Amino acid sequence: MDADHSAALLASVHEALAQKTSLQITGGGSKSFYGRQPAGKPLSVANHRGILRDEPGELVITARAGTPLAEIEAALGARQQMLAFEPPHFGPGATLGGTIACGLSGPRRPYAGAARDFVLGARIINGRGEILKFGGEVMKNVSGFDAARLMTGALGTLGILLDVSLKVLPRPQHEITLTQACTAQQALEIMTGLARLPLPLSAACFSADTLYLRLSGSESGVRAAQKKIGGEPLSNQEAFWLQVREHTHDFFQGKTLLWRLSLPPAAPLLHLPGQWFIDWGGAQRWLRNPLPADVIRATAVKLGGHAMLFRGGEHTGSVFHPLPPGLLALHKRLKNVFDPQGIFNPGRLYAEF
Amino acid sequence: MPESAPIPLSHELNALVMALRRILPQEAVLAGAEEMRPYECDGLTAYRKLPGVVCLPDNTRQVQEILRLCTQMQVPVVVRGAGTGLSGGALPLSHGVLVSLARFTRILEIDPDNRTARVECGVRNLAISEAAAPYGLYYAPDPSSQIACTIGGNVAENAGGVHCLKYGLTVHNVLGVKVLTMDGELMELGGHTLDAPGYDLLALMHGSEGLLSVIVEVTVKLLPKPERAQVVLAAFDSVAKAGAAVTEIIGAGIIPSGMEMMDNLALLAAEDYAHAGYPVDAAALLLCELDGVNEEVSELIFQVRELLLKTGAHEVRTTRDEAERLKFWAGRKSAFPAVGRLAPDYYCMDGTIPRKRLPEVLTRIAELSQQYSLRVANVFHAGDGNLHPLILYDANQPGELKRAEEFGAKILELCLEVGGTITGEHGVGVEKLNQMCAQFTPTELAQFHEIKYAFDPKGLLNPGKAVPTLQRCAEHGAMHVHHGNLPFPELERF
Repeated sequence: MDADHSAALLASVHEALAQKTSLQITGGGSKSFYGRQPAGKPLSVANHRGILRDEPGELVITARAGTPLAEIEAALGARQQMLAFEPPHFGPGATLGGTIACGLSGPRRPYAGAARDFVLGARIINGRGEILKFGGEVMKNVSGFDAARLMTGALGTLGILLDVSLKVLPRPQHEITLTQACTAQQALEIMTGLARLPLPLSAACFSADTLYLRLSGSESGVRAAQKKIGGEPLSNQEAFWLQVREHTHDFFQGKTLLWRLSLPPAAPLLHLPGQWFIDWGGAQRWLRNPLPADVIRATAVKLGGHAMLFRGGEHTGSVFHPLPPGLLALHKRLKNVFDPQGIFNPGRLYAEF
Repeated sequence: MPESAPIPLSHELNALVMALRRILPQEAVLAGAEEMRPYECDGLTAYRKLPGVVCLPDNTRQVQEILRLCTQMQVPVVVRGAGTGLSGGALPLSHGVLVSLARFTRILEIDPDNRTARVECGVRNLAISEAAAPYGLYYAPDPSSQIACTIGGNVAENAGGVHCLKYGLTVHNVLGVKVLTMDGELMELGGHTLDAPGYDLLALMHGSEGLLSVIVEVTVKLLPKPERAQVVLAAFDSVAKAGAAVTEIIGAGIIPSGMEMMDNLALLAAEDYAHAGYPVDAAALLLCELDGVNEEVSELIFQVRELLLKTGAHEVRTTRDEAERLKFWAGRKSAFPAVGRLAPDYYCMDGTIPRKRLPEVLTRIAELSQQYSLRVANVFHAGDGNLHPLILYDANQPGELKRAEEFGAKILELCLEVGGTITGEHGVGVEKLNQMCAQFTPTELAQFHEIKYAFDPKGLLNPGKAVPTLQRCAEHGAMHVHHGNLPFPELERF
């Protein structure tokens, strides 16, 4: 199954350049809902797969972009390591490339870091049909611009990811999730207060009048922190956080539009109607309502944040938070120097490029 | 060598100085050789050059005006913070403007509930932690120069420190920056949230060495001060054993907040300088710091002690109190100046290697030391594989500087050969331009130039640093160039 398809992928890029057609980069299709509607001839990276270097002692793993995320997590799990940004799969086909291209992170994100924080290096095909390698496989590396990290969350618009090197971390020896009943206002206050203390927090969310706090670390450390925090231990904690990560939790079911608001964690509750799910200790808030985008965005901006339409509705308009004109122009120039003919995922991130 | 004669004011330079004086207060424009002398180099003192003119703006609007003027007059700009950089990134251009942002020292906001600090770019690294301390918070990255270095420079270099393995580099601890592009446009990248829409330009600014934009304001993430931190010191009779101990600790699933190694020459120098109480008979010394919840630290200290003894440490000591912990670190943090007393000059290298290759790399460095007849002391951020060999030389001995530089270049090639990188945290600057030719292909370097072009189409921001021209690489002989066309020909406008 493991195979190097970089030559075939490169040939497809050269063909697209010659024929002046655009390419829609795909992997396992698990995140095709994310972002603006894809356009162009589908080019699958899924066959370009396999773990290339796996160095437990160096805390690094390098794999081809088409490698299933589940395969990578299994390899890491076998030696008590993990991808600390807890990437959501959103489907059985999730690949490493799609995970990095989307740049999504799960419940551990505020405490351990985001997808982009763990990217050490990447090999890509740019829009001139050149294979380029940025970064490397070591923890500290400041040679050249950090183009590898730039690929994270770029939705393939700057190039096709061929392989990616990630920093990995040991799995915590012990985890416990504590719950308490409270209002959203109380939950925010508790989360804000606890975040200022040296506690081994690794997730904090609020849904349906319940606050969930996860602690990770050595058993004695977790127990000591548990005493300080209080609350009821959650028996099926792994299943719960998996539901939050994968959006299989009840909150995420149904057809109402799902908005993602990224806010300063201590930002007050927003006065917008609809159902709320507060994650990331307050920094990521999910909202289900059919209000016009402008209203939601303006409210998020007022509190120093931004908002994007995550699921539902037509993904043909403005999905991600609009960029100010100067920044948009800079994005276009950057897109242009990686992909001058605009062949990769046109319009997937913003309509303008 | 320093230029002794005053710079001849060419017609154009004169016009530039006059134009600058129209937009800045009198005392904010320096054009005399003696008053510009402090700006002729950064921490890489072997390279010196007097700038055409020095500007000392104290607000963003003034910087905007300087940049607009320079864009209009096609004059290159080099921006500098505290000048503690070790790769010559702030080396001035004799025909350019040197902009010092040392006056941008205001701490704008400490927000304990959101755990952020918003500060001007010239605020010193340590000053942020000092301002956050009343709230029980601190800023994690701590480069050795943290007393002096500025946060703007930290972002530009993506500075590291001794706590990177657990707490990350600068890029992992910054939420937002305000930058000016070369044409004077103010842009906010990131802000007070954990992510921002669009490309991760915030990440791209980190380590961009002043080539893409001018950083004027930074919002950093603050962390709660750990409940307890404790250091275990271990002495080994060989570097290989110390290296194996590091692998064992990480293999056991422990992420120390700091893990530092020194070889005998380095630890002797540090002991002599800081009287940290190091065992002077050790071939290698390991400092392993654990922090976190009180109970967890107790557990980990026990585990680490066991692992160290198992891997052959002949002496293991755990700090008894905060004073002893700080003393152990004082020794390590003074290693550079301490080694500096062993010879008239030293040259600090900064490669990163996969940890497991440490013993062979140190053996090869010892062989090179013989070959070049220059002593070398090794200081190592063992947790993340970042090696700092300090080459001792005497610049007054004919040929020694050149030999030291050749020796250094060999070390960096060795780092590349074992799968590492030519710079872990000090940056490329002017120092490692030739090694960039070895680390990257011409197409990769061309892509870097293109990235710069997207931000700075006229190539006026810190030109000639960080990314070598393809021409230079062709001349250096490290790679073959078919088309020696230069995206940024060296700018000689005056």
